[in-house]
Amino acid sequence: MTAARLRRLLTGAYLVLFFCYLFLPLGIMAAATFNSSRFPTVTPWMGFTLGWFQALWEDQRMWAALGTSLIVGAGVIALAVPLGLAAALLLDRLHSRAKTFLYALMVSPLLTPGVIVGISTLVFWREWFGVSGGLFLTVVAQSSFIAAYAMLLFSARLERFDPVLEEAALDLGASHGQVFRRITLPYLMPAILSAALLAFLQSFENYNTTLFVRGLDTTLTVYIATKVRTGLTPAVNALSLVLIALTILGAVVYEALRRREARRQAGSAVA
Amino acid sequence: MTEVLRRYGPVLTGMILLAVALWLALLVVLPQLMMIGFSFRPSLPPSKIGGPEDVFTVKNYLTLWTNRIHLAIFLKTIWASALVTATTLAVCYPVAFYLAQVAPKRRLPLLILMLVVPFWINELLRTFSWYIILAFNGPLNAILLGLGIIDEPQRFLGGDGGVIVGMVYVYILFMVFPLYNAIESLDRNQIEAARDLGAGWPRIHRRIVLPHAKPGIAVGCIMTFMLAAGSYAVPALLGGPNSRWFTEIIYNWFFEGGNWNQGAAYAFILLVLCIGFILGAMRLFRVGLADIAK
Repeated sequence: MTAARLRRLLTGAYLVLFFCYLFLPLGIMAAATFNSSRFPTVTPWMGFTLGWFQALWEDQRMWAALGTSLIVGAGVIALAVPLGLAAALLLDRLHSRAKTFLYALMVSPLLTPGVIVGISTLVFWREWFGVSGGLFLTVVAQSSFIAAYAMLLFSARLERFDPVLEEAALDLGASHGQVFRRITLPYLMPAILSAALLAFLQSFENYNTTLFVRGLDTTLTVYIATKVRTGLTPAVNALSLVLIALTILGAVVYEALRRREARRQAGSAVA
Repeated sequence: MTEVLRRYGPVLTGMILLAVALWLALLVVLPQLMMIGFSFRPSLPPSKIGGPEDVFTVKNYLTLWTNRIHLAIFLKTIWASALVTATTLAVCYPVAFYLAQVAPKRRLPLLILMLVVPFWINELLRTFSWYIILAFNGPLNAILLGLGIIDEPQRFLGGDGGVIVGMVYVYILFMVFPLYNAIESLDRNQIEAARDLGAGWPRIHRRIVLPHAKPGIAVGCIMTFMLAAGSYAVPALLGGPNSRWFTEIIYNWFFEGGNWNQGAAYAFILLVLCIGFILGAMRLFRVGLADIAK
């Protein structure tokens, strides 16, 4: 009995340690935002300040980088989500070896290091089309693997789709276009929204791929990395804190929606 | 194929095929082939491209062998990434097991959410948080000094140690989720039965949980190794001139050395390393590609 209690105690302690390990560094980074020291740190504590938020607000280059990130993110949504959707629709209707082969090809960008995705895109577009690094190549390079994430999301939802619905509509004289617009697309709508959100987030935080194809354009993530290496002030922490707060909000909303959807499906399965 | 046509009609089928072909050809396959082809060409000024000197060569690959510094960095990238992978596996296994098999059901959603949230946070920001901790005037030095473990502040940044510690932190969540998913599908009754039959915990893990978790272990190791070996952000932020990573060498060939052919060869070597690791892990754990990309 005591052995079991000891084991439970140790497991609990390990778990607490693990979650501290996950969150403490982020907490320290956040705390350093409010330290009036010129270098971001919590030791020594030089007094509380909100001045670094103001410094961030007045940083014109930060706003420009944010604009670039938003444009790239929108471009990636517009390119990667339709590509992923088309790929999932095709895979859903294929069988056996053609499906396995295509699937392997489609997920291969996810198993390729990001720097290589960037490099191959950079070389290819310069050699074939004379296009050099910039916004366009950033969107293209990011989409090449983000489309695979979108494809996986769509495939997961299509797996639970009842094809009888489409067949019934076709039998009743609907055209293929009507079936797609009225049945398939509405069914996929939640997946389209989550794919767009995921695509945007992946694009926004991407560094390894973007670095090679960005040309002279600077996304927000690239800007943060540059600031850390040259001219680091706690304004970078202020920016990190804002981004983390937004991310946590997004993650909680996304999870809540996902769980509600899962409960609704479980409910309809019972009924 | 006929089923695709029957289901979506000619117009939609055409659009679907066109989109998939564009994605796979222009964004995935051709760029890779182009990069590989490029790596077997000498670096020439534009006027000489296509001329008599523009021949097939393996010179770019021999550079890695002749340049001992680059070779040492390449080998270090391999062992350091393997170390990062092994460490994350060891740290995550107990957590994944607890969450999947032991944790009370009503507390699980919150615990999972606590894992999901850091997973969503920008990799670069998670790296940056360790930059602050490891800094010369940072909290780690302050604590160690305060405890009397060290007499003067240490330089944790700019060395391999800092890079490895940072990588474990940044990529740990790519290990914990595959492990959790694999262990979660294990029927608790199997563990109960083993205990009733008198097996101790080490034996239950060795004979039941670990074999069942194999696909998850494979996926976690593949993702972590690939991300670590291909990481640019972590060594760029936490490392220094003495702890360069192979990706940084590649970057320098492109944007400082101006020798794209050489950079492409190094990039292909990195790709081969990662593919080799993936195939090795798939063989070792006997899993297929469909198990990996979920």
